[in-house]
Amino acid sequence: MSDLYVVAYDDSPASQKALDFAIERARPTGASLLIAHVLEWSPYSFLTPTELEERHKRRTEEMDRAKTALLDPVVVATRKKGIEVEAVIRYGNVADTLIDIAEKKNANQIILGRTGAAGVAARVFGSVASSLAQASPVACTIVP
Amino acid sequence: MKNNSFNRAVLAAGPALLALSGIAQAQPGDLDDKVNQIFSSSTGWFVNLIFAPFPGTTFPWIVAWLVIGATVFTLYFGFVQFRAVGHAIALVKGDYSDPDDAGEVSHFQALATALSGTVGLGNIAGVAVAVGIGGPGATFWMILAGLMGMASKFTECTLGVKYRNEYEDGRVSGGPMYYLTKGFAERGLPGGKVLAVMFSVFCILGALGGGNMFQANQAHQQISGIVGDYPGWITGLVFAAVVFAVIVGGIKSIARVTEKVVPFMGILYVGAALIILAVNYNHIGWAFGQIFEGAFTGLGVAGGFVGALIQGFKRAAFSNEAGVGSAAIAHSAVRTKEPITEGFVSLLEPFIDTVVICTMTALVIIITGQLVAGPDGNYLLNEAGTMIQTVDGNSGVSLTSAAFGSAISWFPYVLALAVVLFAFSTMISWSYYGLKAWTFLFGEGETTELVFKVIFCVFVVIGAAANLGPVIDFSDAAIFAMAVVNIIGLYFLMPIVKRELNSYVSRLKSGEIRKFA
Repeated sequence: MSDLYVVAYDDSPASQKALDFAIERARPTGASLLIAHVLEWSPYSFLTPTELEERHKRRTEEMDRAKTALLDPVVVATRKKGIEVEAVIRYGNVADTLIDIAEKKNANQIILGRTGAAGVAARVFGSVASSLAQASPVACTIVP
Repeated sequence: MKNNSFNRAVLAAGPALLALSGIAQAQPGDLDDKVNQIFSSSTGWFVNLIFAPFPGTTFPWIVAWLVIGATVFTLYFGFVQFRAVGHAIALVKGDYSDPDDAGEVSHFQALATALSGTVGLGNIAGVAVAVGIGGPGATFWMILAGLMGMASKFTECTLGVKYRNEYEDGRVSGGPMYYLTKGFAERGLPGGKVLAVMFSVFCILGALGGGNMFQANQAHQQISGIVGDYPGWITGLVFAAVVFAVIVGGIKSIARVTEKVVPFMGILYVGAALIILAVNYNHIGWAFGQIFEGAFTGLGVAGGFVGALIQGFKRAAFSNEAGVGSAAIAHSAVRTKEPITEGFVSLLEPFIDTVVICTMTALVIIITGQLVAGPDGNYLLNEAGTMIQTVDGNSGVSLTSAAFGSAISWFPYVLALAVVLFAFSTMISWSYYGLKAWTFLFGEGETTELVFKVIFCVFVVIGAAANLGPVIDFSDAAIFAMAVVNIIGLYFLMPIVKRELNSYVSRLKSGEIRKFA
């Protein structure tokens, strides 16, 4: 079985860099990629009654939008480069969900970009990259 | 030329401004009085009907109705409120939630939204009213009503999810009006539609009364208690403008801020109450003594122990809304394949609302010695003989405020903010409940929805301007009228809930339903 790399992807330049890096590594090793797009979501957040009513509708819309506008073009572009690739959209805490995906799919590596923020907020709350560096169960490459 | 027209405009505006200021000076008292008069004379008959006592007694039939309902559900479901608490907490934590459903409405979210509709003035002002009129003993009956009400809530919220409408565009909407129509049709019973229409009418009145006017009224009392007396319609207009901005203007940011601040305020409130209780720990035993003694003797309150019982049950029902049917509307949006799971989750609601938060309020009022007792240990009544004498003649929310203030001097300011925010979040919730009932009656559509929303805002102003007495009577009456219809429906539909319960419990035992986490 060939290697599998999970690539965290949103539409940021940083995640584009991570994807490019992953493609470069995958080509010589013959690894396949799993492009993961995680929408930040907490089941413990507070919503108004109207938001509850529309939640299922909004979620469907968000997933559709993410698939058609974000993931489909990237998957097509990556395939053109001769790399085997799948895509997945999930809701949850970004770091936890990436770890979960990597574990379930038996991935060899998680590859992600970083925003480079080093302000107070990033120090207090941490970032996805630093959480993964701490907790990832597989090798984790943070692409600068 | 330019100057000339400017001068003319000023000259023309002058008298108009003078006239306006004249109105502003003459209006306050008059307008409030007029609103009050019209309001109490037009709603009196309805209040009298709902609170009519059994012939020859002072016991209102509606209180018996609620107690019997809660008792029937408690026995029918074999004390489900005590057996299922552990499982309910596991559900809220998300132990049984399918990870693939992430991003959908969770049990926690449905519970939190329903709670922010119920936790509010009932817990702060309502309890003060109950203890002020019924004495400490009212607390005992309130807790009992809260514990029994858990079974009512379980029944109605299970049905709310089971018979909700799921529209093609993915929206969901549920509540008693849907389970009354669909559930009755499924069992081949007649009259479901009639009950649903009646429920909707009362729900609209309840939304305008307890969910709106009572809130506006008490919010005004709080604010004027701090900044000094001023006419209620001013508070009403400000509140109405903000509510309008949220429900008509769709300004979600305001709603989102309150949704986040309200839970924090709730925790702060309970925290402050716990601190006061901790400081007075040597009085806690005495306070519970007062509660138990008062529950069965009345300790001299008007109406004796029956008076305490009536107040306790009334305020519990008003606060946790068990059996009223409103929560079924909020809970029905949850994402689950098993309607019964939301029933389990919802039974935590009266517990948090009544057994925890209301009891805190009552204990603080009793422990800080706000109620004046005579040398024989019985409480002294005020001159009119309607309620217990309090230290500064306070009643309602100002009684709670004084109780907290006597221990933590600055807390009344925090409380005022909490009351205003609770009032606001309750209004937003009830505007939604009312709207659902309204669209059930008149159909969905932007114009019909707008009509209701505007009416709702008008009632905010009326509520803030009217006196507490008539407003509280009408609020109670409308909400209890919902319970009359809803509980009739629940009696006919409870076998369906029982079937769901049995099937779920057996699958849980056999391991067919498993934890994901």
